[in-house]
Amino acid sequence: MKAAALPIQRPRDARLLVVDADGELRHAERSQLARHLRPGDLLVANDAATLPASLAGVHAPTGSAIEVRLAGRRSLAVDAVHDFSAVVFGPGDHRTRTEDRALPPPLRPGDRLQLGPLAASVVRTLDHPRLVDLRFEGTPDAIWAGIARHGRPVQYAHLAQPLALWDVWTRVAALPVAFEPPSAGFMLDWQLLHALRERAIGFATLTHAAGLSSTGDAALDARLPFDEPYHLPEATVQAIADTQRSGGRIVALGTTVARALEHAAAQGRPLQAGMGLATQRLGPSSRLRVVDVLLSGTHEPGSSHHALLQAFVDDALLRRTDAALEAGGYRTHEFGDSVLIEASREPGRRAERRAQLSPRQASRTIVRSGSTPGWAGLLRPA
Amino acid sequence: MNRIDPLAGLRVAVTGGTSGLGLALVQALAARGARVAFIARDAARVRRVAADLPTTHGIVGDVSRQDEIHPIALQVTAALGGLDVLVNNASSLGPVPLALLADTECEDLQAALATNVLGPFRLGKALLGALAASARDGRTTLALNISSDAAVTPYAGWGAYGASKAALHHLSRIWDAELREHGVRVLSVDPGDMDTPLHALAVPDADPAALQRPADAARLIVALIASTVSIREFA
Repeated sequence: MKAAALPIQRPRDARLLVVDADGELRHAERSQLARHLRPGDLLVANDAATLPASLAGVHAPTGSAIEVRLAGRRSLAVDAVHDFSAVVFGPGDHRTRTEDRALPPPLRPGDRLQLGPLAASVVRTLDHPRLVDLRFEGTPDAIWAGIARHGRPVQYAHLAQPLALWDVWTRVAALPVAFEPPSAGFMLDWQLLHALRERAIGFATLTHAAGLSSTGDAALDARLPFDEPYHLPEATVQAIADTQRSGGRIVALGTTVARALEHAAAQGRPLQAGMGLATQRLGPSSRLRVVDVLLSGTHEPGSSHHALLQAFVDDALLRRTDAALEAGGYRTHEFGDSVLIEASREPGRRAERRAQLSPRQASRTIVRSGSTPGWAGLLRPA
Repeated sequence: MNRIDPLAGLRVAVTGGTSGLGLALVQALAARGARVAFIARDAARVRRVAADLPTTHGIVGDVSRQDEIHPIALQVTAALGGLDVLVNNASSLGPVPLALLADTECEDLQAALATNVLGPFRLGKALLGALAASARDGRTTLALNISSDAAVTPYAGWGAYGASKAALHHLSRIWDAELREHGVRVLSVDPGDMDTPLHALAVPDADPAALQRPADAARLIVALIASTVSIREFA
């Protein structure tokens, strides 16, 4: 697939490949999305706004120019803004492909970093030369002001123009907690939300701190996605329950929504409203407990996002899907075209919704699971 | 009163919050237990008001500048953990002293439009996601645009201000019609003539004693906010 090189969230000719539960494929116009959902379905989106997570500055001990990309945070709490995990690059900017970016100078605990108006120090180094925990100095308001005014959105080398913050906020962007945009949500606009209402299709949101999509390092990328905190509102839990009771489908807009919902329902427990930390990775052996349909951007084979699709369809259908995207000239990456994939009808794909699960089934749900919140998730082997 | 005050814990952002009506609103809302973020251009004044009202969050920014809107919106939602009410209060008079429309420089009209129309529009768009998220949680949320009787009455000498406030008033009505189904109201209110820095620029020789005090106008607007957010509408 070719990369979508213009930062236009809703190109008029955006396309949608629909893959139904029987494995039938059809090409559609994305602007007609509401027609490809059914009355009674519920579309769940990630309403996270995107942080300007790229902070240019100086590594004080060496005077070397660095770029810090904020990558993780323990919680979404308003005041939890001092501590971040971050990926650090040496001199250079986004015009160099992430993969080719220089390493930062050797980083040690206590090293001070001056990032525009923001002062930070390295709390600890993790087991990779790019990956650190850092702590900002100052009041929460001062730190937010520094990030808001000095930070830039993480840039992509395949886009000709630098992205501004408005390029990466979706129409429903609310709390600024995502490190890269929840880009499946770029397709949303208020006209679509109106069309959904007209067709009696529900709309709900959760807030998920979507993490970096690429760190420029194969060893780090193999661990993606990092642990990601999320918040599931009570109203969304209620809407999901109502939809399931009346036989509608739960449609996750984007991989971050699928990850959060399936995490919140892991181990067969009922969905609970509140904060969570998504630690699992969805893949071929995942059983879907909540999400019936995934609506997302197109992803290239080999990425963690692409692996997530295997939770919905088997290898053969996924290969057919990839071939159809390729042959149809679909565009990939953040500003590209989209796929609507319903989980296959084949047995074992979706967890029984109402029946109690056996312990054996429950243990198969999660490929990689963690129970300890915090940075530990970053360090676990994939 | 045995009911919980609808303002307690309410998350409110006020632009132009360091003087005149904006400052009075920030003070009144904070006194009622609302969580308030305010925006103004002058960093020293922002610091002073934030120090006087330690429960509030001061944000330095200029709503007339396109590239400052998203950093402002980010700081608002980050500080408050979301948003229930946006008050677009920051206003520009246009030419000072007031001028007949035919004597008004295009740049002065542009400045009035940037602050009084484009600013509220851009900030409203940037914060609409947060207002709608709060509405999905079951609240009625609100963007309140401060207008003027000059928006409806053609006062000679008030061309730039009146035309821009008329645009803001009509924008509010259309947006309200469109967003009501999502649980977000957009209202425009005329607080009346007040003893504020803006009024002093417009009518330097006005008798302050004959003008409404900003605190009195703020009380009425706070009452409007309280009654709007306490009604749950089902679209």
